[in-house]
Amino acid sequence: MSEKNEKKKRKVKVIKIDVDKCNGCRACEVICSAFHAQPKYGSNNPSRSRIQVHFDPLKNIYLPVYASEYTPAECAGRNKYIMDGKEYIECAFCGASCPSRDLFKEPDSKLPLKCDMCEEEPPLSEPMCVQWCLNDALVYEEREEEVEEEEELKELETGLESLIDRYGRQKVIDTMARMVQKE
Amino acid sequence: MRYAETGFNLEIDLSNGNIERVSTDPKDTELYLGGLGTNAKILWDRVPPEIEPFSPENLLIFSSGLLGGTPVPGANRTIISSISPQTLLMAFSMVGGFWAPELKYAGYDKVIIRGKSPDWVYLWINNDKVEIRDATHLQGKSTYETAEQIKEELKEPRAQVMSIGLAGENRVYFASIETHRGSASRLGLGAIMGNKKLKAIAVRGTKDVRVAKPAELVEACNEILRYIQHRLNNPLPGVPPILARIGSPQEMALHDEEWHTISFAWGHARHRRKDFWNKEVEKMWADALERARKRLISCYNCPVRCAGIIHLPGHPPYIMKCFSKLTYTMAAMVDDLEFGLKIAARAQHYGVDGFTTPQVLAFALELYEAGILTDEDLSGMPEDIEGRFNWLLDRIVRREGIGDVLADGVYWAARKIGKGAEAYDHNTIKKHEQVPIKLGVTNPIYYLMWSTGEKINITQIEGQIPQAPFSTREEREEFVKDWIHIPTGKEEKFKRFILDWGEPGTAFPYYPSMDVACELVDWQEIMHYIDDSIGICAGLSSFPIKPPYHIHNLPFIISYAAGLEMDEDKLWTIASRNRNLVRAINILRGLKKEDERPPEDHWKKRFPEYEAKLLEEYYRFKGWDERGIPTKETLHQLGLDYVREEFIRRGIIRDSEESS
Repeated sequence: MSEKNEKKKRKVKVIKIDVDKCNGCRACEVICSAFHAQPKYGSNNPSRSRIQVHFDPLKNIYLPVYASEYTPAECAGRNKYIMDGKEYIECAFCGASCPSRDLFKEPDSKLPLKCDMCEEEPPLSEPMCVQWCLNDALVYEEREEEVEEEEELKELETGLESLIDRYGRQKVIDTMARMVQKE
Repeated sequence: MRYAETGFNLEIDLSNGNIERVSTDPKDTELYLGGLGTNAKILWDRVPPEIEPFSPENLLIFSSGLLGGTPVPGANRTIISSISPQTLLMAFSMVGGFWAPELKYAGYDKVIIRGKSPDWVYLWINNDKVEIRDATHLQGKSTYETAEQIKEELKEPRAQVMSIGLAGENRVYFASIETHRGSASRLGLGAIMGNKKLKAIAVRGTKDVRVAKPAELVEACNEILRYIQHRLNNPLPGVPPILARIGSPQEMALHDEEWHTISFAWGHARHRRKDFWNKEVEKMWADALERARKRLISCYNCPVRCAGIIHLPGHPPYIMKCFSKLTYTMAAMVDDLEFGLKIAARAQHYGVDGFTTPQVLAFALELYEAGILTDEDLSGMPEDIEGRFNWLLDRIVRREGIGDVLADGVYWAARKIGKGAEAYDHNTIKKHEQVPIKLGVTNPIYYLMWSTGEKINITQIEGQIPQAPFSTREEREEFVKDWIHIPTGKEEKFKRFILDWGEPGTAFPYYPSMDVACELVDWQEIMHYIDDSIGICAGLSSFPIKPPYHIHNLPFIISYAAGLEMDEDKLWTIASRNRNLVRAINILRGLKKEDERPPEDHWKKRFPEYEAKLLEEYYRFKGWDERGIPTKETLHQLGLDYVREEFIRRGIIRDSEESS
């Protein structure tokens, strides 16, 4: 965490999600998981995608949701939305990687997933999910915003934090130490 | 390492509950690619012609295509193969949606079902965990209800489900297998599934699908998407709106139905209504569709929105696409589209084919009008046409009374009913109901396709070329300018075909000439066989005019995804191999030259001698003998010597016979 609350200009990256335009093809899931694969594009697997489309054709529910923060605990109350007479599954709108569900976790390790807007050098014109959404359900926007500077946790740190939550700090440190010794 | 495919099939024996994960031979991928190709090889090896469709020994194969589950747009088809209870030949119906990619992510290329369960069951494939589960509580449930209930009881909303409804349970010969996005509806595969007492297959997969050349493949996919976007923004000029786009004919999005309603036949494929379409009808039909359609949707990893979620008050929701929008309305000769949308809701939940079913219903009413079916046969049937269609449908899916006879389809029902009913079987080929089209003069290209298509459905062989000449020279020249899809070496010939078509002296049946007709048909058919092996949707490839995928980009896309060495010639050879293998299966099952003809009344003006010569010429062109059997040379060139040996062993041909 930063020590002083300085105002700083920051580029805010926004994905505008128009659920009415979503055709439910899940191309966003395909390309997201391919982009983040090792090697890049070497495999794909929608369950590793940092965007997930909730869809239920018979109820006409189509809802792309992005993976957001990791959280070690579930919410006190879970939310169920009913809109236009359509009931969405519990926590449908939530992007958190949380213990109450399998969503936004690596399927094998269960490590949390989080959308990183496909950041890389040189930067992409738009995140891949937006590029592959030809129906414009996902539209990319950038704007400048003044924000209080705050350091965000990097992916590795979030992952470690989740391991610490699961196994305890000491066990993670011991394991790391053992692995380093082996090398 | 295997790329694009998983290298494993699931073998399920429903008779004894045995479940096995079996690794496959990479050589088969090189020879047949996957999907339809490897399905045909398995049926050839394991389902000899003695095995009847409803025998427990008959296999029901659910397959992804080679590229299914890779990032290749539109590679999502499930290719289901078995032996058809209706045609008694090999059946292969395809369905889009999400099921095949999910199967890949679960770690399998195919699910091969053999045997027959004593009680109703469904299959639950959850990555490495595969269970045969009790389905007695699902008996009688609709296709969609079954899927919903299974997902609920498994607590797995992301599972993908294939299911049958009442029609499949009762072995209706035109029962479909349904997903939440489409139907594998042709040739009665739902009846085979019902016969095995398999109500559904649910699958969930969370594993990776790998590709061989990642960066190259993604760039090729980006190129495909750019072209799709271009085509979505620019419909082709000079052709009817319904043919101007890519995907399935865009009948869920477009309201202009002039082409289908005036060119296709109404009733039991009897009546042309050339003055049907007008502004008033267009408005009425547009309103009906707009009211019913909740959203346009797509299959897995494809931006083209071919399907619509249809939901009318008082009727269950369902997914519809393409010409099935019109089939019930036109068969019933009802002017109100809403009737068709309503009865289709019930039909889809029962799980029946949207092409065959309306034909069977209209056929029954035709027999009633002719006095062949009597009031006694149809006791209790309502007076109004809409009521009659619904009443007959209810009986067919339950095989009640006359429904039991009609449930076998027009060909078999006509023969069972007798009393001259056979004469009313006027729109089947190889015992299978065809799209209702009755036209003027023999079209040589379509003559060959109707005759020889072994998917026995015209939409599964046609594509690539306009169905009528452009009216002006300028339009023709414009059309051929960017017609890059033509196979190497045929550019000049095929462009000439378009450029001259419409000039004096280019009337059917003598235009195009026999050799050009043969080559055009061959091209159209081969493209379908490629799609069905790699699992790419025909709507992006073999079916529309100027599609995103073609013979020049498919080889390297396959190569980047699957790591196979591929070029145009190799791919063409593989597709020919698959095509000949399907034919070989059907020849063992009794397919004859006599079966290869369009209905007598398909065209008003026929040219029997010319048509016979044309068919002979096409057989020669395909490397088949005068009976339509692939010759020794053809089979040898395709590496199918084992087919030749079996032909000899079974006395189909004599060893000494030189059939070249």
